[in-house]
Amino acid sequence: MKIAENIVESIAVIEVEGNIDSKTAPEFEKAAINAIKGQGQVIIDLSKVEFLSSAGLRVLLMIYRQIKAQNGKVVLVGVSEEIQDVMSNTGFINFFIIVATIEEGIESLKQG
Amino acid sequence: MADIRIDYYPTHEHEGIKFRRGRPLPFGATMVPNGVNFSVYSSAAISCTLVLFERGEAQPYAEIPFPDEFRIGDVFCMTVFDLDYERLEYGYRMDGPFIPEQGYRFDKNIILSDPYSKVLGGRDTWRAEPNWDNIYPYRSRLAFEDFDWENDHPLETPIEDLSIYEMHVRGFTSHPSADIKNGGTFSGIRSKIPYLKSLGINCIELMPIYEFDEWENSRVNPENGEMLVNYWGYSTVNFFSPKAGYAATGKFGMQVDELKTLIKELHKHGIEVFLDVVFNHTAEGDHRGHTISFRGIDNKTYYMLTPEGYYFNFSGTGNTLNCNHPVVRNMVLDCLRYWASEYHIDGFRFDLAAILGRAQDGSPLSNPPLLESLAYDPVLAKCKLVAEAWDAGGLYQVGSFPAYGRWAEWNGKYRDAVRRFLKGDTGLVGEISQRIQGSPDLYSSRGPTASINFVACHDGFTLHDMFAYNDKHNEANGENNNDGANDNNSWNSGWEGPTDDAAINFLRHKQIKNALTILMVSQGTPMILMGDEMGHTQRGNNNTYCQDTEWNWLNWDLLNSNADLFRYAQLILRFRRAHPVLRSATHFRHYDYVGSGLPDISFHGTHAWRPDWSESSRTLGFMLCGNHAKGGTITDDTIYVAMNMYWEPLHFELPVLEGGAKWHVFANTDMSNSQDIHAIGEEPILEDQSSFFVGSRSVVVLVAK
Repeated sequence: MKIAENIVESIAVIEVEGNIDSKTAPEFEKAAINAIKGQGQVIIDLSKVEFLSSAGLRVLLMIYRQIKAQNGKVVLVGVSEEIQDVMSNTGFINFFIIVATIEEGIESLKQG
Repeated sequence: MADIRIDYYPTHEHEGIKFRRGRPLPFGATMVPNGVNFSVYSSAAISCTLVLFERGEAQPYAEIPFPDEFRIGDVFCMTVFDLDYERLEYGYRMDGPFIPEQGYRFDKNIILSDPYSKVLGGRDTWRAEPNWDNIYPYRSRLAFEDFDWENDHPLETPIEDLSIYEMHVRGFTSHPSADIKNGGTFSGIRSKIPYLKSLGINCIELMPIYEFDEWENSRVNPENGEMLVNYWGYSTVNFFSPKAGYAATGKFGMQVDELKTLIKELHKHGIEVFLDVVFNHTAEGDHRGHTISFRGIDNKTYYMLTPEGYYFNFSGTGNTLNCNHPVVRNMVLDCLRYWASEYHIDGFRFDLAAILGRAQDGSPLSNPPLLESLAYDPVLAKCKLVAEAWDAGGLYQVGSFPAYGRWAEWNGKYRDAVRRFLKGDTGLVGEISQRIQGSPDLYSSRGPTASINFVACHDGFTLHDMFAYNDKHNEANGENNNDGANDNNSWNSGWEGPTDDAAINFLRHKQIKNALTILMVSQGTPMILMGDEMGHTQRGNNNTYCQDTEWNWLNWDLLNSNADLFRYAQLILRFRRAHPVLRSATHFRHYDYVGSGLPDISFHGTHAWRPDWSESSRTLGFMLCGNHAKGGTITDDTIYVAMNMYWEPLHFELPVLEGGAKWHVFANTDMSNSQDIHAIGEEPILEDQSSFFVGSRSVVVLVAK
């Protein structure tokens, strides 16, 4: 798994590549916590993620809870149809803003 | 601070896996800091080995014998470190005597699933053919129990205000006409919440969703070559695990989250969730059955055994869970508490619940400890407890089930009396008068809240088939039509099975409307069977336990072809919810205790105030005084119901209304479409206020305004 962190227009953007499962979730969690430190908003780019396990979904939820505590929002970008389906069936999707591109994500966060 | 505790670190090592002495409670596998605590009870095993698998692998990656000093009492416990919560599958080998005549059936060659596992792998996708050579087919797994419920909690709707919809997870949305993405799953039900709201029910009762094996006793239908499976699921493999194959995400092991999401969403829409739970037997069968878990862990504890070591069969399915054994009783309690607290379940319906009142030797107990424990349990205090108050061993306790002020019952006598009344049997008017009052003859001290009223349920004919078949037609089950009940109290309305005869089809629809009407104007809690609101047919099969076919799948196109039935069902359900006078928590007193000039309930016949109680009578009218609603605490409209089950129309003289109120017609099942029932508040005024010409085999509902 590869994780890249950027700041785009003062918003934290985390790009993930590879599967997020119980093996890689701790690494993802650690990087994400680091990246969102002091941030009110976050965009997570999942367009290069093919599989998100229960443990992976829980890291996303943990990020959501931390951001929500700052009254912020979490945007997920490029989520595959299958992962969206899983997130919808398990209710996780309700916590996130789902968009196709990072630009759209920035736009939706700016609109508040 | 947390990581300075010394029990966060291992003390032992075996094949590179680190572990330490565990804690005996809670039973099962519990995530603890840095590891998992495993705890399993066996009263007679000599030794136990923990077997660990990587998910889906054929062979275990480790087997760790419990050191002798890790056994506390009869509990083996150990904490194992650095396990992958998500990928782990675990089981146990138990060593001990194999002396069946003494009740011992230990076999250390078999890997056993944990009776307390919260997720069970192995049947992850419905009807995906399993690997029959798997050395460990039903695999215990860990569950993430950190679901975000937000503000959700069980709804605690008073039971008399519920309208229950009995439903099968696959049956509800498997048919292509359901037209949704994840048919036959928990997620599929969620897609249909708008439908449930539009129908007007406020409680769904799910047929068994504890993990079972649809492949159990699977075979080919001799008639058409189709596979017959265990479709209903009354055969539990594990009591704590939701059925993975009922989840669209079961293949990813996310069934727990999917089911919780469904329940949370139903609660948001005011719909309660009951589970049909099967604590009377397990899937292990009799002495010829498979050893999956209980039999190999502690046969003598979990099962009622004959003095020769065979299995008592009060369930009709091979074995009987030994529910009044203190250890098994605690397991049942732990299980229900888990579902109530972890899944926010609102109520439980206990399959063949009379068994729960039997002693370890099978004899009925006067004060069954399990039933008492459930009734007084702190965690279950607000859950509805509903008994199917009979078993397959001949114990029939409708009206006499040990209730402790808590238990309600599936009122089998309601079903039988209403069915016979509808088909035109005589001698029933007296009994019907009791049934529509919430059966005070059965539940005098318990109130109408003890009575779950129903005319059809999963067991037996659908409502449509009750008026389309005299006899069961179960040939497709492959048992030479010997399975299923014979006392259906059904009448085919003049022709066996489908017909083009318009008069017969009209009568069948009318009878369905009659049944729904009587059900909804009866005190107690009504329950309808999924699909009865749109005339679902099982083609005369009254025992479709093995049919994973269109016979059981709800055909949503019926909403168009039987639009009149659905409209009727919607409005009669709304009528019940609009009128608290139909939903009393206490029995009628049969006098005027609020000074309205009318008794709370009065009976009538073709002559007002003079019901015909004679043996040959097929008529009954009754009037509920609106000022007596909910024990006189609420004012409602006065309601009059006339039931004519005679084959000719009859004039019913109507009770005179005081104070300028007029009778309005809410429902008249003898009328054809759109005139048979009216929207609440739009009931037309009745021209002749003194009498009503009630059609043959018809029910009329009037409202005074």
